[in-house]
Amino acid sequence: MTAPAAQFTLDARRVAPDTRHRGIIQTAMGKYEVVRDQRKLWFQDWQGARNLAARTKFAAVNQLDTHLAEFAKNLEARGTKIHWASNAEQARSIILGILKAKNAKVVVKSKAMTSEEIHLNDAMETAGCEVVESDLGEYIVQLRQEPPYHLVFPAMHLTRGEIQKTFQDKLLDAPTDNPEDLTMVARRVLRQKYIQADVGITGANFAIAETGMISITENEGNARLTAALPKTMITLVGIEKVLPRLADLALFLPMLAVMGTGQALTCYNTLYGGPRQPGEADGPEEYHVVLLDNQRTTLLADAEQRDALGCIRCGACLNVCPIFRNVGGHTYGTVYGGPIGSVITPHLRGLQDWKHLSFASSLCGACTETCPVKIDLHHHLLQNRRNAFAPATGKPSWWQKTAFKLFAPVANSPALWSLTTKLGRFGQIFHGLVKGSALDPAQAWTKTREVAPIAKQSFREWMKERES
Amino acid sequence: MTISLFIPCFVDLMYPKVGISMVNIFEKLGHKVAVPKGPACCGQPAFNSGYWDESRTIATQMLESLKDADVVVIASGSCGAMMKVFYPELFAGTKYEAMARELAPKCFEFSSFLVNKLGVTDLGAKFPHKVTFHDGCHGLRELNNKRPPRELLAKVRGLELVEMTAAETCCGFGGTFSAKFPAISTAMAEVKCASAIDTKAEYIVSCDSSCLMQIQGLADKQRQPAKTIHLAEILAQS
Amino acid sequence: MSERENIFTRIREALTVKAHAHHGATLPTTAEHRAVLPAVGATTAEQVALFTKNASDLRANFQPVTDTAALTAALIALRDAEKWRRVAVHPGALAQPQVAALGVPTLVADGTATKEELGQCDAGITECDALVAQTGSVLVTSRSAGGRALSCLPPHHIVIARRAQVVADLPAAFALLAQKYGGNYPSMISFITGPSRTGDIERILVLGAHGPKQLSIFLLD
Repeated sequence: MTAPAAQFTLDARRVAPDTRHRGIIQTAMGKYEVVRDQRKLWFQDWQGARNLAARTKFAAVNQLDTHLAEFAKNLEARGTKIHWASNAEQARSIILGILKAKNAKVVVKSKAMTSEEIHLNDAMETAGCEVVESDLGEYIVQLRQEPPYHLVFPAMHLTRGEIQKTFQDKLLDAPTDNPEDLTMVARRVLRQKYIQADVGITGANFAIAETGMISITENEGNARLTAALPKTMITLVGIEKVLPRLADLALFLPMLAVMGTGQALTCYNTLYGGPRQPGEADGPEEYHVVLLDNQRTTLLADAEQRDALGCIRCGACLNVCPIFRNVGGHTYGTVYGGPIGSVITPHLRGLQDWKHLSFASSLCGACTETCPVKIDLHHHLLQNRRNAFAPATGKPSWWQKTAFKLFAPVANSPALWSLTTKLGRFGQIFHGLVKGSALDPAQAWTKTREVAPIAKQSFREWMKERES
Repeated sequence: MTISLFIPCFVDLMYPKVGISMVNIFEKLGHKVAVPKGPACCGQPAFNSGYWDESRTIATQMLESLKDADVVVIASGSCGAMMKVFYPELFAGTKYEAMARELAPKCFEFSSFLVNKLGVTDLGAKFPHKVTFHDGCHGLRELNNKRPPRELLAKVRGLELVEMTAAETCCGFGGTFSAKFPAISTAMAEVKCASAIDTKAEYIVSCDSSCLMQIQGLADKQRQPAKTIHLAEILAQS
Repeated sequence: MSERENIFTRIREALTVKAHAHHGATLPTTAEHRAVLPAVGATTAEQVALFTKNASDLRANFQPVTDTAALTAALIALRDAEKWRRVAVHPGALAQPQVAALGVPTLVADGTATKEELGQCDAGITECDALVAQTGSVLVTSRSAGGRALSCLPPHHIVIARRAQVVADLPAAFALLAQKYGGNYPSMISFITGPSRTGDIERILVLGAHGPKQLSIFLLD
């Protein structure tokens, strides 16, 4: 077993039976489900909207070169500096270079999963900068030195009491455990940071080719302030985020809000097309956009799973996923958790190290059913499984392969099946002696579940008797 | 018509009453039932485990054994989805692709066959109990089978259906998943079981014996008051 | 080769294998968008009514005013209720004349005020580009709202709009932007949909996370 797989198994064993964790997540998701479903009905045709979104993303991703070139050209024309990063190391060094040139001491960030992907905070802190996450959830997990738990709700695993304690320990300021009071503590602290910050760093939800703009979706106003107050602004964005036309947002902004948080539209949906322009009152003097590949082109090269690049990171597949809801966001050990993470992480970080995530699924398909851009998520999990064990390119497990090789002729031959039925009935007499114990070969099942006995007369035996 | 009835391996061994009930129901409706002499398994375990070559060894036999069938009824939503939806994927680009595509429209899960193909909802069954229905994931999402089992249950004399909140949530079985990741699988079964028990129903009904094996297995181990029964067994009661 | 070229080379190589377009490959038309998006009435009266309902659901304060005198009176009432000591205003023909009557020190968001000064204002008064009935959103840009910070930094954001600025839906808002700004877009365009909020603690709604705790929209007839 690879190290990530062993860690996953260990963490899953710890978290899955934890009914307290399960309760917190069920409560949070319960609130989300109610509003999400109301909002889907608010659309005239939600399923039709999913089709349009899938079509748009297909056009965007399958002509990525054209759209990306157009995006960069239009953005550069308005005075933005575009940087290209093939991998995490390059992206970090570009951003550290900008910080150094600006002699930056304080960096304020709005939520960016891409920055988690390239471990940007560690690099900036090592370089001597104070880095402050400004999204409330991100800020809370940053104070706790934890990675975000969920793509959209980074602190959904924490109770108000735990957050109060974190604020007490780290900020020496937490009057009560009331969510409003706690939010106001963060508001006060972070206000100062926006004003002090030399550089603001954001992620992006969409990159509009037609007009050369970055689109950022948020609720708190933290990204708005990050993009307004510091003298230098940097956006780190994956190359797959392009949408061809500005008007495509008329569909994507409400769909992202409905699936992400159950809102009609999130509070702020903002487009940035460059640094402060002549005649404008404020805004950054410099705007840098860093376009990140980091194995996205590897996923692009897999035509079967290319649609996964259309992901809008709404988190809806995590929310409906019974695996996610039981093992929690941290167990995945990846930046992108849940079904979409299980699909794309093998492409981004290596199939053999991360294939276990594709097996850690009952293939229930709830993810595919909910995905607003119709990514064929659970079928991609099956394809990852196949690719992991493909005879030519993968690494099959010899004992599994042998087991399935031996099973095939038994299943195929009525005589052998009949014999196996009888043998099974005989073997089950002895199974009772070890059932559920460490000696039980079936203990993975029997430790927590009773096993159904083989019937005295199988269906095929009944049929045979009936026919004779 | 002659119905080719495929009884999957674990139903054959552990839940023969499910198959027997189906035979009785179809014969009562005046149809002939044939059990093909093909494989006992659809090949899904190997397929889901990533061993597509080994899966094809079984699935090709299945295609051969069913090539002359008029209709194929499968006593499981999961195995039904395998044959109807996944065979064409499994055989894509091989010489069996055409056969797989020919078989797909002839395959029906049991409840959808009764309602959508035969147009029957009332089988004259009587089952004076309060029940809740568990949607097996493959039947629900691959075969779009939400409606048929409920239409059938609605016509059963004395039966009261109470929906559980987590009706569409996976029970955690998932084939080899249940043994590969027992902690997750068990947690999922607990969520399912709790939701079913909340309804105060006497029985948990499903079209998938595999899900019921998981739910019953957990309930028995934890001494939870849950009893499971396959839809066909209810419909065969009079 | 530059990194740009490296990335483009990889993209083009990857795209030589064609993917199957299961759901189609053409970009949808505006009519197709409108057929799936939430319905909006055709008349201005219906749209204003819808905006009113959405604003209320969003906990924004929406108030139609008959003329500028009524607007001034409404602003003075807010000043007194919230004890404003200092406000900031967008230097526009609709907004700027309103602040004289308030009798409190005023910053004009024309690029001369510092962010520290702006941060001390009790209210930011802006204009807007449109009000979107479908979603209850206020569409502002860095040109209609005194730059980027004015509509977000002070705790109370006040928008003055004209009835003619109400548009039906998001497609109409994007069409308006294209028509109004064409090849010369402002550097920031923002759809503001209610006052700032968060649900990051136990998914419980709290208003005023980082941006304004209050959003007031005045609609001049």
